[in-house]
Amino acid sequence: MPYLIAFKTILFKEIYRFVRIWPQTILPSAITTSLYFLIFGTLIGGRVGPMAGMSYVDYIVPGVILMSVITNAYGNVVASFYSTKFQRNIEELLISPIPNWIILAGYVGGGIARGFAVGGVVGIVGIFFTDIRPAHPCLVASVFLMTAALFSLAGFINAIYANSFDDISIVPNFVLTPLVYLGGVFYSIELLPDLWRKISLANPILYMINAFRYGFVEISDVDIRTAFLIIGGAISVLVIWSLVLLRRGTGLKT
Amino acid sequence: MNALSIRNLRKTYRNGFEALKGIDLDVKAGDFFALLGPNGAGKSTTIGIVSSLVRKTSGTVEVFGHDLDTEREAAKRCIGLVPQEVNFNQFEKVLDIVVNQAGYYGIRRKEALRRAEECLTQLGLWDKRNSVSRHLSGGMKRRLMIARALVHAPRLLILDEPTAGVDIEIRRSMWEFLRKINQEGTTIILTTHYLEEAENLCRHIAIINHGHIVEHNAMASLLRKLHTNRYILELRNAASFVPAIEGYQLQPLEDHTLAVDVPLELGLHSLLDQLAAQGLEVVSLRNAANRLEQLFIDLVENQRVDATRKTA
Ligand SMILES: Nc1ncnc2c1ncn2[C@@H]1O[C@H](COP(=O)(O)OP(=O)(O)OP(=O)(O)O)[C@@H](O)[C@H]1O
Ligand SMILES: [Mg+2]
Repeated sequence: MPYLIAFKTILFKEIYRFVRIWPQTILPSAITTSLYFLIFGTLIGGRVGPMAGMSYVDYIVPGVILMSVITNAYGNVVASFYSTKFQRNIEELLISPIPNWIILAGYVGGGIARGFAVGGVVGIVGIFFTDIRPAHPCLVASVFLMTAALFSLAGFINAIYANSFDDISIVPNFVLTPLVYLGGVFYSIELLPDLWRKISLANPILYMINAFRYGFVEISDVDIRTAFLIIGGAISVLVIWSLVLLRRGTGLKT
Repeated sequence: MNALSIRNLRKTYRNGFEALKGIDLDVKAGDFFALLGPNGAGKSTTIGIVSSLVRKTSGTVEVFGHDLDTEREAAKRCIGLVPQEVNFNQFEKVLDIVVNQAGYYGIRRKEALRRAEECLTQLGLWDKRNSVSRHLSGGMKRRLMIARALVHAPRLLILDEPTAGVDIEIRRSMWEFLRKINQEGTTIILTTHYLEEAENLCRHIAIINHGHIVEHNAMASLLRKLHTNRYILELRNAASFVPAIEGYQLQPLEDHTLAVDVPLELGLHSLLDQLAAQGLEVVSLRNAANRLEQLFIDLVENQRVDATRKTA
């Protein structure tokens, strides 16, 4: 019970943080994704023609939603936890009788909440451009939840290792963005030459985007079970990694 | 029952610097304890280890009988920490900072709000509860950290230089406040560079220097160790000579002032008489330093001399 209260305290503090600064946290994604829908979906999409047998805008909407979930979940945790560390108010948590997994759960919960908020806004924007609806709501929900958790964990680990504000933007800019763009948000990998198709299969984000898209329109470049195995496996690895770092006090305790 | 027991505690920082070289420390439950030492002595390092912010290299720490290695959470529940440097979120509101801290200790929100009101009121910050914390003055920030440390009603309150940069009036009211909560049963450990503060408030004292405890004693017995008091005398007329008076060490400072070491058994009376006999009229006198300060300087200086001898 005390742990539950501590968890809720961290979670609500995290949610309150991104809601308070919504013009920085929610608005930008809403604007960029609207532009994606408008430009790629409506303006260019007409010329691109159908993708995997459906209109181009219908094809990209799920991927764009998940893309915003990924970047926002990651961005929320990395920025919030790093600034907590930077301002040293992490000490408030370190002196408190809270097990490390509660601290981790609180921050990951905050990242998921941000992913949900932004993904929700983007989804609502999407309604104006497309009329696809989730064919498998449970699948959509679980891919969302797992993906958001995974990237929240990754953001957490990034924040632990980070020693400067530069360090928290390297991974999002140089790793995450390319992987997301090459992860089949805007195209089916079936269109790629064989070699690039095989290389793409090594990109874990491809599996998440395709599983998410399958939840809406029942088409996927990959096997959904494989997707779940990959996401679940990655989550397990990152959970263990985070807990080891917290236990050692890496980057947090001298 | 000891509120805090430290045995053979060592800390070597990652850069190889040995900040604590095997210290032992006991603080009895209910005590008001001063941990003193010059800059860089190892006070904050010790406090950091006790409050789980710094990893120890070796040794044991027990808080109310709870070993940090085996019962860390129970030990943490007993401690309230006021750190040396501001460490709250500068963008959060005063009330949220205190209420959230209560939440981390598992206190329900309703109860947390009640306690936060109590603590903030006691520290004169209730009016500021909706201010963003970075807009507080330096003294208010310190008091906010005290309120935050008290919200879970810790049995042991550790304050790392709580009165640094606080004005005289507020310092005095802080002293009153700390005395009161100590009388109500909270054990207090305090570090400070104002020795007058330690002498006023604390019943026991430890002095740490270069990672060693050089003194660990009751304040009263420590002060009894002081055999001489140093005074500054101001003379009506400039002294053209340094008077020699048996039993007293006199030393000219300026034309009109003399420093004198007065052994306790001789006292001031005979000094003043003999000065008057030599034609020197004393118009005022004051303590050169407060008594604890004198001891402190002796202890710390002695070590410095020893160290130079050893390295020489
Ligand atoms: N993270 C660190 N890495 C390396 N050395 C450190 C670290 N933190 C502290 N030290 C060193 O350890 C020694 C003890 O520092 P500490 O902060 O405990 O001193 P202190 O007694 O609190 O001093 P002050 O009165 O100035 O606050 C100092 O020499 C300091 O330079
Ligand atoms: Mg210090």
